[in-house]
Amino acid sequence: MIDVFQLLTLLGLAAMTVLARCFFFILSRELPFPAWAQRGLLYAPIAALAAVVVPEVLATQGQLISTGLDARLLGAAAGVAYYTYRRGQGQAVLGTIVVGMAVYLPLHIGLGW
Amino acid sequence: MFLDPANFRHPAFRTGMADAFKVAPGIWAWGLMTGVSMVQAGLGTAMSTWMTLLVYGGSAQLAVTPLMAVGTPVWVVLATAFCVNLRFAVFSLHLRGYLMAWPRWQRLTIGYLIADLNYVQFVQNHPQPATDAAGQRAEMAYLCGNCFLTWAGWQIASVLGIVLASQVPLEWGLGFAGVLALVGILCSLASSRMRTVSLVVSGAAAIAAYALPLRLNILVAIAAAVAMCLVIEKTAGVNKAAT
Repeated sequence: MIDVFQLLTLLGLAAMTVLARCFFFILSRELPFPAWAQRGLLYAPIAALAAVVVPEVLATQGQLISTGLDARLLGAAAGVAYYTYRRGQGQAVLGTIVVGMAVYLPLHIGLGW
Repeated sequence: MFLDPANFRHPAFRTGMADAFKVAPGIWAWGLMTGVSMVQAGLGTAMSTWMTLLVYGGSAQLAVTPLMAVGTPVWVVLATAFCVNLRFAVFSLHLRGYLMAWPRWQRLTIGYLIADLNYVQFVQNHPQPATDAAGQRAEMAYLCGNCFLTWAGWQIASVLGIVLASQVPLEWGLGFAGVLALVGILCSLASSRMRTVSLVVSGAAAIAAYALPLRLNILVAIAAAVAMCLVIEKTAGVNKAAT
């Protein structure tokens, strides 16, 4: 089991989750919100995802991969190709995951790429 | 919240669940591998389980796990988790426009549950905040359904990963399904030229700034992409319909 100190640490970490995810709507006060910031937020969701995903696919520990023979690169490319083929209709995202893994796993486990 | 029939009986609750289901296999594989990673890093079964149930943030959990395993001071652990989570603060600025209509405890409860994909799918489905009570109820019901399915799937998969930690080698790379779920959502977001610019700039900046500690490269990348897009809008006069 875990002790009181560990439990407090975990509760602190949970508080960090709440603090970050609710940062700008914890207080009920009015926030000055200029129009340019409002427009800028239109680009934030895709930027945030790209910042998480692109290094995971195109780099190893921050170093750009130097070969095309990379299981992650080919898996992601297959996923994107499937999404484009389906034009995003129906379960295109689900298909992206399935097709991507179908390419990634054999290359990664079988060939060690 | 979820126990409120006004939310779970609302048709938008099902829409939210259906959207979350589209990326669910990625979430499950990711949760599974997060569970495996925590145990293999030496955190112990009980500690890993409690961490999953309480903290509910994959990237923060993976960042603090090695620190906790070697007894790092608590304030360093907490500061690390907060910094890794900073991208959520950007999301919260955006979500503010939707959520301020609700009482604070409700904002904090749903806010705690809004992970990356929940935020992205929500703003994709509701590009503009509703101005009437019925619209705000539909938004809340969507969020409840979307977040509930993600939360339940993540928790079950994580606990499974913790239990099966010795049977599922990290080398298999099952966690890549999580990356592919994000790739799929990225494709669906890249619906205009300006958004594609945002994707490319952010991706390049995230790699270039990778050496920054605490995954602050993500924050730098968001700032660079948003700034670049705003500058292009200003100078090239991109019309609003293009976004």
